Amino acid sequence: MQEFLQQIVNGVSWGGIYALIALGYTMVYGILRLINFAHGDVFMVGAYLGFYAVHWFGLGRASGSAGSFLALFAFAMIGCALLGVVIERSVYKPVRRHSRLNALITAIGVSLLLENGAILLFGPDPKFFPQVIESRPMRIVSGVVVTNHQLLVLIASCLLMVGLQAIIHRTKTGRAMRAVSFNRDAASLMGINVDRIIIFTFAIGSALAAAAAVLVGLTNPKIEPLMGLLPGLKAFVAAVLGGIGSIPGAMIGGLLMGIAETLVAGYVSSTLRDAIAFALLIVILLVKPTGLMGRAGDEKV
Amino acid sequence: MKRVAVLSACFALSLVSCGEQVSEIRIGEYGSMTGSRATFGTSTHRGILMAVDEVNAVGGIEGVPLRLISEDDQGRPEEAATAVNKLISQDRVVCVLGEVASSASLAAAPIAQKAGVPLITPASTNERVTQTGDYIFRVCYIDPFQGQVMARFAANSLRLTRAAILRDLRNDYSIGLAEVFKSTFSSLGGEIASDQSYQEGDTDFRAFLTTILATEPQAIFVPGYYTEVGLIARQARDLGFTGPLLGGDGWASPSLIGIGGPALEGCYFGNHYATDDPSPLVQDFITRYRDQYRETPDSFAALGYDAARLLIHALKKIQREDAKTFEALQGSEDPDDETRAQAMARLRDAIAEVRDFPGVTGSISIDENRNAVKPIVVLQIKDADLRLVERIAP
Repeated sequence: MQEFLQQIVNGVSWGGIYALIALGYTMVYGILRLINFAHGDVFMVGAYLGFYAVHWFGLGRASGSAGSFLALFAFAMIGCALLGVVIERSVYKPVRRHSRLNALITAIGVSLLLENGAILLFGPDPKFFPQVIESRPMRIVSGVVVTNHQLLVLIASCLLMVGLQAIIHRTKTGRAMRAVSFNRDAASLMGINVDRIIIFTFAIGSALAAAAAVLVGLTNPKIEPLMGLLPGLKAFVAAVLGGIGSIPGAMIGGLLMGIAETLVAGYVSSTLRDAIAFALLIVILLVKPTGLMGRAGDEKV
Repeated sequence: MKRVAVLSACFALSLVSCGEQVSEIRIGEYGSMTGSRATFGTSTHRGILMAVDEVNAVGGIEGVPLRLISEDDQGRPEEAATAVNKLISQDRVVCVLGEVASSASLAAAPIAQKAGVPLITPASTNERVTQTGDYIFRVCYIDPFQGQVMARFAANSLRLTRAAILRDLRNDYSIGLAEVFKSTFSSLGGEIASDQSYQEGDTDFRAFLTTILATEPQAIFVPGYYTEVGLIARQARDLGFTGPLLGGDGWASPSLIGIGGPALEGCYFGNHYATDDPSPLVQDFITRYRDQYRETPDSFAALGYDAARLLIHALKKIQREDAKTFEALQGSEDPDDETRAQAMARLRDAIAEVRDFPGVTGSISIDENRNAVKPIVVLQIKDADLRLVERIAP
């Protein structure tokens, strides 16, 4: 029982990361009907931004200083938001008017560009994310351990997701996003600046990926140029699992994915881990083709 | 007239360049200079380069300099095969040195064997590497020995009765070590509480570790590479494990302690040499290496150095005993295939005849299976440094 609880704790902390990345996929899909395959690589860039923020500016170094730690997050998130916007403006916008297949292939191209660009720029060797906060295990029940890192992942991802929901449902921009997602042309006729909303969506999605990256850097401190590949793919699966386009769906999909993976790795075999995770996707899509939370005609952002 | 002048100038130039081409002996090296086990390749390269430079500094082997041609395989077996192909067919090297990772050596060895070019791996410990054929040698011990020693160390020296294994299922080296550890530890009366596997590239090992820790082992044997080992150690400590982790020479890297930090304190691994070995040969090597690279040499630097020196030892022997063969090994003009093949076979024999060669990593004798017979050292990580605990002879 303790072992099972511990596995759930492990799974939830990974799942939070998947959920944050999945949000970026789902938001962009909701607005543009585009699967942004470069999203996992934006996540990777976020990890490197965090890495260099610590090394160059000493952000997050002053242990215990919450401000310095928030600055580390802010740096990576703003950096990635800019990257997301630059990618959208320079690459996706020019192909937006053409078929969706063109955009999809363009996204794969951007993904390869980011990966190989990172190999060139940062080098192919793995780097080790500095431990700005020393890991402290805490015993919640006897035999079940949660580290302060895992708690941080959980709290930070919850806060970010609540914040995102607030933006979408409580602000004018959020309402505009929902409108664009519902019907882009109609929204445009109602005087909504669709371009601005798309930029905003990319900025938010990329910033969330960067936040996930810094959290991963803390818990599993190895970063490398191809680190976005698999988590990106899994987060995409999580988004589809939850119902792509649905924000609560992305969160639930992410958590499910994390827990399923951990349980398979812990109880079955690591060889089957990815296979079972993807089999889960197929089963859910067979039973419910729109994903867990996605409903035809549902509000999509 | 002008054209004739230009032509003759060209001709003269080509003559000059011909005349300038001194004879040399070309040695090939392939290794992971970049990638997730980059320190394996760079350390080996530095060791090899040091040995080559030493010989060249005194004018080469009787006036014939050595030229080292290095290729990066990024730690990928398919790239290793390409690199060795290039070294043999384009660069026409007389011998190939490398790799550290057994998976890479297993990909490259058949190519060298087929071409009839001797290959000496400094550090691939998987048994099958030298079984490829009679041109493949190594200067390190083999996995069965390494796994046996760690199991004996756990059972006899640490007096453990219950151990778990966490292996890398995509890695020949890791699987080899895990299997031998398992059988030896069991035969010594110990119990393997749990045997889990991860995949190279994983960064989260908590699921495996949770399963392992539920079986309450006294120690965990982790026969992986340093990148993963550091992360595994951290996560194991997070989950409350206080016993030692045990491992093999895949741990040997200057980066190991940087990654694992205090989580690795008190852990043990089997290695090729110890930096606190008082032997003058070892200390002299360490001093010179530090002068040149501002870093303490890890065991792969030492093995690279030994592999290159062993090759040079064989070349010198040929130079002394067989001038014709030595001539054929030089790259000045390409001898016909027959002569070249004979020269390579002679070089292979010279390597196979090496006995009690004084290496930095211990005294090396090549046995009939082309493996090195030599002692192993068990090191403990203490105060962020490596200490020699035990030396175990074959």
